[in-house]
Amino acid sequence: MYQKTIAELAAGLRAGEFSSEELTQSYLDRIRKHDEKLNSVLTLTASVALEAAKAADKRLKNGDATILTGIPYLHKDIFCTQGVRTSCGSRMLDNFEAPYDATVTAQLKDAGAVMLGKTNMDEFAMGSSNETSFYGPVKNPWDLERVPGGSSGGSAAAVAARLAPLATGTDTGGSIRQPAALCGITGIKPTYGRVSRFGMIAFASSLDQGGAFATCAEDAAHMLEAMSGFDWRDSTSIDRPVDHYAAGLAEDLSGLSIGLPREYFGEGLDAQVGAAVEAAIEEYRQLGAEVKEISLPNASLAVPAYYVVSPAECSSNLSRMDGVRFGYRCDNPRDLEDLYTRSRGEGFGAEVKRRIMVGTYALSAGYYDAYYLKAQQVRRMIRDDFVTAFEEVDIIMGPTAPTTAFKLGEKADDPVTMYLSDTYTIAVNLAGLPAMSVPAGMAEGLPVGLQLVGNYFDEGRLLNAAHRFQQVTDWHTRMPAGFE
Amino acid sequence: MSLDTEAVRKIAHLARLGVEESENELYARNLSDILSFVEQLNAVDTQGIAPMAHPLDASQRLRADEVSETDRHEQFQRIAPKVEAGLYLVPKVIE
Repeated sequence: MYQKTIAELAAGLRAGEFSSEELTQSYLDRIRKHDEKLNSVLTLTASVALEAAKAADKRLKNGDATILTGIPYLHKDIFCTQGVRTSCGSRMLDNFEAPYDATVTAQLKDAGAVMLGKTNMDEFAMGSSNETSFYGPVKNPWDLERVPGGSSGGSAAAVAARLAPLATGTDTGGSIRQPAALCGITGIKPTYGRVSRFGMIAFASSLDQGGAFATCAEDAAHMLEAMSGFDWRDSTSIDRPVDHYAAGLAEDLSGLSIGLPREYFGEGLDAQVGAAVEAAIEEYRQLGAEVKEISLPNASLAVPAYYVVSPAECSSNLSRMDGVRFGYRCDNPRDLEDLYTRSRGEGFGAEVKRRIMVGTYALSAGYYDAYYLKAQQVRRMIRDDFVTAFEEVDIIMGPTAPTTAFKLGEKADDPVTMYLSDTYTIAVNLAGLPAMSVPAGMAEGLPVGLQLVGNYFDEGRLLNAAHRFQQVTDWHTRMPAGFE
Repeated sequence: MSLDTEAVRKIAHLARLGVEESENELYARNLSDILSFVEQLNAVDTQGIAPMAHPLDASQRLRADEVSETDRHEQFQRIAPKVEAGLYLVPKVIE
């Protein structure tokens, strides 16, 4: 059952070939059998899942089901779930049970999707390798000595190993696309404001955006559609109708204009990754697309601008973790200051501390203009490069990540080198654009991702382009050995 | 930009973040690396460019000033480390 698409599973449920309860049980069994190797699931919610599956089976019988009714999914442990712990990969929230559901959680519940559990992630989504999690790193199912990428590493590894057909993720600087690339699956991050951030624990609020993982674009389209929409509880949510993404998947690509930013094919790009991406672009030519070189002149400034803006916002967002209202509190605080300082010192890991300190410094008296204001100006220049490019082309393509999955521990001691693994994904968040990663080849047995970047609210066109590519290629159907 | 251990102590204090003395040196090195890396922004001419706060230049939405949530303080306080009589408890602040 684990090789079926969502449409096939939905048809099977409706035809009575299997029930949601059976489908859910089969995935719970797969997680129990295989996840010891991966560490992708932090909390398995078997009884909650089976209850939801029974309710879904009733709904399917009553005829008021959606495409996702009865379909299991894994939920990144950054989305609040009432009654189920939400740790955000941190000791700070090891005991945190949110008193409400995130809007995305509620939307998926309303659609009838069945949550199997909560997935491992970098602590507070700060990381590109899943190594900063308090619960230990997730392993890449293609090679257990390598990282799955991050921060949504658990979700990506689980879908790659077919431990769930769908998973949620969040993407602040590449946290959906980079792990999707490194694990050989499909991931989409929509336009900023498309998916509600309410109940999605904040890291950098002007960049954070929820999205979806699936094996293929068609499945991702169903998931994203269910997660999207206006939410009055999120002050940056966009009030605009949601497109019916699945309806446009089959559109012909002839005449589609694709831009290749020359800055994304230069120094730092692994030769084999580059070759796989070039071959994927050739497929698009065969599909009738017109390909031309473009320039994003300020591309190299994206990572440095991001490492001012995101730590600044993180230092502010994480100030709520103070040991008073929820989360971790140190033992026997001497006074209030000691309570704050030790609760935060003991509750946060090293990478989170680094970012809080960088942000605190960048926002401190006398430095605000030089760092934060400057970065926000550069951010506009980066955004304007994309605006100019989209006057000429429909979709921008390039590699998602400069290399395939790297070894566990390889970059863990060198923050700046780690940050550069998001060199092609970060600009998209600064600009607030939709983007996805699709499996586009293999290099020495490891998956390579092709990144597609679209104009604002052009998720449908991205999914269409990804779907047509997946109809003529089979990279997305390959799965790692040992997870049968 | 190079930060010394004294600067790390000061920043950690501003952020109310406990950092072990033994870790100060490593943080000083890490933070210096990160700040040096982001300093390439200084070379960019940004004169006349408005700082960007929102990609679509959207502004904060306003809503009617009406009660939209019910009182759920008991539920919220159930997850707090220490609560008494509806109040969050912290160490004594005023002697």
